[in-house]
Amino acid sequence: MDVTRVCRTGAVFAMTMALLAAAPALAQDTAPTKAVPAPAASPPDDGAWAMPAKNYASTRYSELDEINAGTVRDLQVAFTFSTGVDRGQEAAPLVVGNTMYIVTPYPNRLFALDLTQPGAPVTWTFEPKPAASAQGVACCDFINRGVAFADGRVFMNTLDGQTIAVEAGTGREVWRTKLGDINKGETITMAPLVVKGKVLVGNSGGEFGVRGWLTALDAGTGKIAWKAYNTGPDSDVLIGPDYKPFYDKEKGKDLGVTTWPPNAWEIGGGTVWGWIAYDPELDLIYHGTANPGPWNPEQRPGDNKWTGGIFARNPDTGQARWFYQVVPHDLYDHDAINELILLDMPVNGTMRKTVVRPERNGYIYVLDRATGEVLSADPYAYINSSTGVDLKTGILAMVEAKAPKMGKVVRDICPTAPGSKDWNPSSFSPRTGLLYIPHMNLCMDWQSAEANYIAGTPYVGAEVRMFAGPGGHRGELSAWDPVKRAKAWSVKEDFPLWSGTLSTAGDLVFYGTMEGWFKALDARTGEELWRFKTGSGIIGQPIAYRGPDGREYVAVLSGVGGWAGAVVVGNLDPRDATAAKGFVNAVADLKDKTTKGGTLYVFALPSKR
Amino acid sequence: MSSPCRRSVSLAVLAVLALAACDREEREPRGAPVGESGPQAIAQGSLYAGEPSPPDPRRQEYEGNAYHLAQGKQLYVWFNCNGCHSNGGGDIGPPLMDDTWIYGDSLENIFATIVQGRPNGMPSFRNKIPETQIWEIAAYVRSMSGQTPTAASPGRNDSLNAKPAEQRAPKAEPKQSNPGGPQVEGRQ
Repeated sequence: MDVTRVCRTGAVFAMTMALLAAAPALAQDTAPTKAVPAPAASPPDDGAWAMPAKNYASTRYSELDEINAGTVRDLQVAFTFSTGVDRGQEAAPLVVGNTMYIVTPYPNRLFALDLTQPGAPVTWTFEPKPAASAQGVACCDFINRGVAFADGRVFMNTLDGQTIAVEAGTGREVWRTKLGDINKGETITMAPLVVKGKVLVGNSGGEFGVRGWLTALDAGTGKIAWKAYNTGPDSDVLIGPDYKPFYDKEKGKDLGVTTWPPNAWEIGGGTVWGWIAYDPELDLIYHGTANPGPWNPEQRPGDNKWTGGIFARNPDTGQARWFYQVVPHDLYDHDAINELILLDMPVNGTMRKTVVRPERNGYIYVLDRATGEVLSADPYAYINSSTGVDLKTGILAMVEAKAPKMGKVVRDICPTAPGSKDWNPSSFSPRTGLLYIPHMNLCMDWQSAEANYIAGTPYVGAEVRMFAGPGGHRGELSAWDPVKRAKAWSVKEDFPLWSGTLSTAGDLVFYGTMEGWFKALDARTGEELWRFKTGSGIIGQPIAYRGPDGREYVAVLSGVGGWAGAVVVGNLDPRDATAAKGFVNAVADLKDKTTKGGTLYVFALPSKR
Repeated sequence: MSSPCRRSVSLAVLAVLALAACDREEREPRGAPVGESGPQAIAQGSLYAGEPSPPDPRRQEYEGNAYHLAQGKQLYVWFNCNGCHSNGGGDIGPPLMDDTWIYGDSLENIFATIVQGRPNGMPSFRNKIPETQIWEIAAYVRSMSGQTPTAASPGRNDSLNAKPAEQRAPKAEPKQSNPGGPQVEGRQ
């Protein structure tokens, strides 16, 4: 079994390397100077888009180049589709074969669209009918970040904590497994990932005193294969003999208990609502763990393991291989759940297998993905709450004057609670070697208060108000060179960026703004080449695919919302600076710029006559 | 006729009277004690056959009393109301400082919403908060949009001063108030 897997992986590896070597952009130099996606995790593009991150390496890069710098000016709408749900549309559409799959925010409707027909009519609709009360325990709009496709099935999560397998051809339900309990504040908003016949799912609810976990369900039956908690004793966290972290600070028995006040780990957060990557070569999955609860750090002295960090685990057993705590004793709600991009690149002259993470705390981390060693951590945004990471110890040095204190307003902390960037994922182009990071430029005032734990209600203990950071712009798209450890270029945006980016072999970068603009930039210079105004603000994840007619299409969902767009979808009142945990104060003018929506836009070049 | 029993009874009565005479003048700076019982079943709309029922007498008692409103402001935080409604601007739950009321704007409506919960995410606090304190929270919620007498509304904030204190809240005339459920676009 093992041998077969290794051989097959090796074959894929060799094939991919050959293909990569054949690509002219990569053949220029014999000595590697550029980053490339982990070969085993980024097979050649087949024109489909079967998982939100495009591939296990999470590049969100399409090898299609029909739409490029020369042709993009003619890009136009091919068809649209109204989802009928007007909350924040954070999901990536998927395309497999001749079908596109779209999942909506609560009530989590799943649509299959027939791409072979003009206008892409609905093939089937699946209604999971989640509990309405789940809306009351979704911290930041009741969004859904997408579905996963594998072996003829679509796997989806519902807001009320279920994972459901649906037959891709018919929309028939195959199985459903209840994983979360809304009465404990648990919801599920993340996109599942299917690895080796297992559906990986994690919970949300870090603002409700839940206990975070990641679980693996058998893709065939929906039975739980393993479940790893991110707080509590080692046996619950699946820490055993395989666990070999790089840093001493991650070593010790039952740190998930001893780094907390008595029993606080039971309601300590560490959820898994973000992204998971997989390296078939090392046979490790990578996932982040979210913020500890409550936000008020003085209520939980200690490092609060295993929150705010990155785990590498064995996908078959869930056993941890390594862990790196990005933010021990998190002070600012800095969930460590952002995208994890698997790149191989030269670091100090030698090729390293890395995992790259633009983190909420404003640093872009490059870790050795075999060991968990931090190879570099460079700021990509304005930071005044910390001064940097000591690579020897892995410790992040915090600025004492910016630490939250009870009974005191700590002013002008940068970045904010949602961080320099939140969940919305970057993309990586192997042609340019650049990472395209959608992020924010906000700062905040913070006052801690004592949080009371009442199951099913928020467990936060902080009042926050956010505002624009230095320069006054609230959003930014940065093209980052991970080898040179520097920004190649960046583009300022008025509003915070809450959409993902897509990069393509046409050397274009696509992203959306909260006002509703969908834009294409030159991937090498950042020059804007095309824009289109959609019906509502964009916070979704754009994708590119090859249609049944052989042409390249670009798709994105438009519909403002999420934490950043709460002021619009909840019609919140900006006179209260702390509304939506302080985000409303930073985007009070968004109501004047956009309204709610929920529409798919698909773009293509005009068909040749 | 004068049995020892009767004499002792009258002595007892005298003693009680004497004790009562020693009592200080009674004042109720914190408002009169109020019976613990919820409102009559609330109307689900704003149309009535005949005359509308008179408002619950507790309205006056709670909304016009600075102590009850101040208590309500504290309890609003202690029971995590601010976790979903912030300082009135809203978050997971709707804003409470504006003129829009999904499930009715009267004190009784708000009381019922807290006790019963609501289908799209408002948790039920039945048997979790003493009724007197629910009335206080409900009255405080009314003060956020200036529905309570200025003289009684809280005059300061204890924390990050997210907005002017309730005393300075402009009165937002309730609109589209519909106790029976969400008829308001964009609100759950």
